[in-house]
Amino acid sequence: MVSFATEKKQDLNLLSRIAAGDGHGENSSYFDGWKAYEENPFHPIDRPDGVIQMGLAENQLCGDLMRKWVLKHPEASICTSEGVNQFSDIAIFQDYHGLPKFRQAVAKFMEKTRNNKVKFDPDRIVMSGGATGAHETVAFCLANPGDGFLVPTPYYPGFDRDLRWRTGVNLVPVTCHSSDGFKITVEALEAAYENARKSNIPVKGLLVTNPSNPLGTTLDRECLKSLVNFTNDKGIHLIADEIYAATTFGQSEFISVAEVIEEIEDCNRDLIHIVYSLSKDMGLPGLRVGIVYSYNDRVVQIARKMSSFGLVSSQTQHLIAKMLSDEDFVDEFIRESKLRLAARHAEITTGLDGLGIGWLKAKAGLFLWMDLRNLLKTATFDSETELWRVIVHQVKLNVSPGGSFHCHEPGWFRVCFANMDHKTMETALERIRVFTSQLEEETKPMAATTMMAKKKKKCWQSNLRLSFSDTRRFDDGFFSPHSPVPPSPLVRAQT
Amino acid sequence: MKQLSTKVTSNGHGQDSSYFLGWEEYEKNPYDEIKNPNGMIQMGLAENQLCFDLIESWLVKNPDAASLKRNGQSIFRELALFQDYHGMPEFKKAMAEFMEEIRGNRVTFDPKKIVLAAGSTSANETLMFCLAEPGDAFLLPTPYYPGFDRDLKWRTGAEIVPIHCSSSNGFQITESALLQAYQQAEKLDLKVKGVLVTNPSNPLGTALTRRELNLLVDFITSKNIHLISDEIYSGTMFGFEQFISVMDVLKDKKLENTEVSKRVHVVYSLSKDLGLPGFRVGAIYSNDEMIVSAATKMSSFGLVSSQTQYLLSALLSDKKFTSQYLEENQKRLKSRQRRLVSGLESAGITCLRSSAGLFCWVDMRHLLDTNTFEAELDLWKKIVYNVKLNISPGSSCHCTEPGWFRVCFANMSEDTLDLALKRLKTFVESTDCGRMISRSSHERLKSLRKKTVSNWVFRVSWTDRVPDER
Repeated sequence: MVSFATEKKQDLNLLSRIAAGDGHGENSSYFDGWKAYEENPFHPIDRPDGVIQMGLAENQLCGDLMRKWVLKHPEASICTSEGVNQFSDIAIFQDYHGLPKFRQAVAKFMEKTRNNKVKFDPDRIVMSGGATGAHETVAFCLANPGDGFLVPTPYYPGFDRDLRWRTGVNLVPVTCHSSDGFKITVEALEAAYENARKSNIPVKGLLVTNPSNPLGTTLDRECLKSLVNFTNDKGIHLIADEIYAATTFGQSEFISVAEVIEEIEDCNRDLIHIVYSLSKDMGLPGLRVGIVYSYNDRVVQIARKMSSFGLVSSQTQHLIAKMLSDEDFVDEFIRESKLRLAARHAEITTGLDGLGIGWLKAKAGLFLWMDLRNLLKTATFDSETELWRVIVHQVKLNVSPGGSFHCHEPGWFRVCFANMDHKTMETALERIRVFTSQLEEETKPMAATTMMAKKKKKCWQSNLRLSFSDTRRFDDGFFSPHSPVPPSPLVRAQT
Repeated sequence: MKQLSTKVTSNGHGQDSSYFLGWEEYEKNPYDEIKNPNGMIQMGLAENQLCFDLIESWLVKNPDAASLKRNGQSIFRELALFQDYHGMPEFKKAMAEFMEEIRGNRVTFDPKKIVLAAGSTSANETLMFCLAEPGDAFLLPTPYYPGFDRDLKWRTGAEIVPIHCSSSNGFQITESALLQAYQQAEKLDLKVKGVLVTNPSNPLGTALTRRELNLLVDFITSKNIHLISDEIYSGTMFGFEQFISVMDVLKDKKLENTEVSKRVHVVYSLSKDLGLPGFRVGAIYSNDEMIVSAATKMSSFGLVSSQTQYLLSALLSDKKFTSQYLEENQKRLKSRQRRLVSGLESAGITCLRSSAGLFCWVDMRHLLDTNTFEAELDLWKKIVYNVKLNISPGSSCHCTEPGWFRVCFANMSEDTLDLALKRLKTFVESTDCGRMISRSSHERLKSLRKKTVSNWVFRVSWTDRVPDER
């Protein structure tokens, strides 16, 4: 053995701060709900008393259409006898520009999901490892460590990881209130900008998700214009995450930032960027198709070089290119998806209406923003957490508490509705009905002494058997990607 | 532009290097046997195109896997939704077993210690994010794959300090070179976090010897630092010697399940061994569960498409296929390498003796006008523009001695290779004659060339079209 001078065994931190810290955001105690689901997942036959997963914003309503198309088009695969003649060409294709037909098909799809009101240039389409990868890439391109992005609250918890973890960028919340439907106001923007300034955080941009996660609302034309003007005036970037673009239903219109910039004279387009993905609109999160679309040439160039760290598999590019080029299929899919989302949304909201449970009026997204403020003991996040634990452990629904989305006000919960079948939705509604009627029963003797009423009100709390510990670490979250939820047949079927 | 990050405004991506000019030239004028027989032949692309027929015939025989079915039923829906960053268990199991098979089943890989990534580009960057930060450095033996400048440094802020290797001992890593590099890092006020080696080496095509591997393990043990072994070419070993992995050495030194073993990490990919760079399949293997945990979360930024995981788990689980493939792949690579080596020999050019990889490390020092990198660049330009071969100059791989070039052999047909060799031979013969005639005007030309080179180097700014290549 060759002997070298040995370093004193110091307290050498052998991992980077990034790896050793919890910037990934998954140590939050909110992952209790996921744990509860994993331990006891609902199944209509095998586990009818299991936890129903309502914390997963997935679009599973049109899987049958997708499946049908794939079976009907074996040439879209480079592995079938119909497609194998392309195997070697595709297998060696690792050009970070991506397959031209892939970019063209995605550009066309983006146009269709915006009602063909705007045109997208395929040469500006840059691939990424899902929207997760896209957001991180954009952050790397637009900000340095220590800089900040303004983000309206409530926002998708994954942003804490995607935008901050490895980039060193800060997120500065733009507080939105239920009193005006959580609208993003210029006052709130200015206040956030000022807060950042006071904290010595140079603001580099504003990130909005439109349609919103978790609210399900869309930004109207006026609001979008004000955001473009605000950011342009300040010389900062505007990043629009439009991942839910095609999930609008009913009379709701989706207006993209791409449309609005056409209407603004002297708009500095170098500051405008869109993040997109096929994970929600098409229900294909497993295929990892993320897109960075920037109007800034330099950003396109550099983001493209960075895409080396998360290119879309050429096998997938080929499939998607074929699928999205089938315009009849795409039109049918978008139309049908909207109808089914609308129907599912109507089902759950009708159910909640009947139970006197409020929800934020919105017509997009794969979830709704449920108002349970009147069920809180006190208007505090502690109360919200308590209520949430009851919903998870007693009512057995994994919903997402507003605090995890950095909501300013306690009592709101995000409830997903597009990741389950009809029967499961019915079961979930039934459980909510039982829970609320139980609450009513328990609070009826309120006419008697206040003390007794208070005691009764606590009944549902004492029924709760809290079996978790805050020291547990869960490799899981509301984030996509995530760990085995639901336990897919692919996980179960082990050779 | 003040509104963009320094990552955008700097050249950390490494692609403004004048050497990408060769790629640009190739793109403008690519060789085609029929349509463009005088075009440029791409010999700068370390791709394995020799065994697609084997995979294609497997696909024909396995229609279920090929069409995303299980027991005749389409599982597209499940695949479409599968985004678990732990990856598909059957895929990781198949990867682990494939890695074991490549190492003669002498060592075992635990699927739970595998973290999937979008290619080894992503795997290397992720590992670097886990182990290093601005102010830290990794030591790398030269010459090394140019992409490391981007993958290891660009967004992580870490630094690379070279371990200088020389032709005097076949570019092997020596004790003194290791120590010198470590001291150099200290002089630069950088904290050394580890050593990264590529084994088999890119661009050398050689495998690390047991002596070197022992040296490395001893070194990182004493310095309490990490060792990353990028074994992306492990399945391309075609020589008589066996491939020795760093995992073999840990086992032989009885260091398995020790503190040291937690600091040894392997990076792998299916891009070279299976010739599937488009599928973006990379992996990190680590014995340190904190690293596995952190890297797994980071893999969110570049997961492997579920469609691809499914296909490849079926392919790699077929042991009959994998053993046949590995054997045939090695046979074809060996034959192709021999063809290149003997073709070069007949032109009076030798290579570093190698038994792995998809390229040869070619010695053209005798063709340089002077023993300088300027002369190397000069020669390289001639080969690109006049001979119309895109090969990679050693300086782009941070080689400390001018005159070495990496020449790939597995990304073209045999006929194309023969043509490339013919062109090169003609060039060498003409140069020899040329040199004898123009020796007197050499000095005059030298100063002219110097001026041209410096103008040219600063003019070039690479913008586009570079495939993510090694």
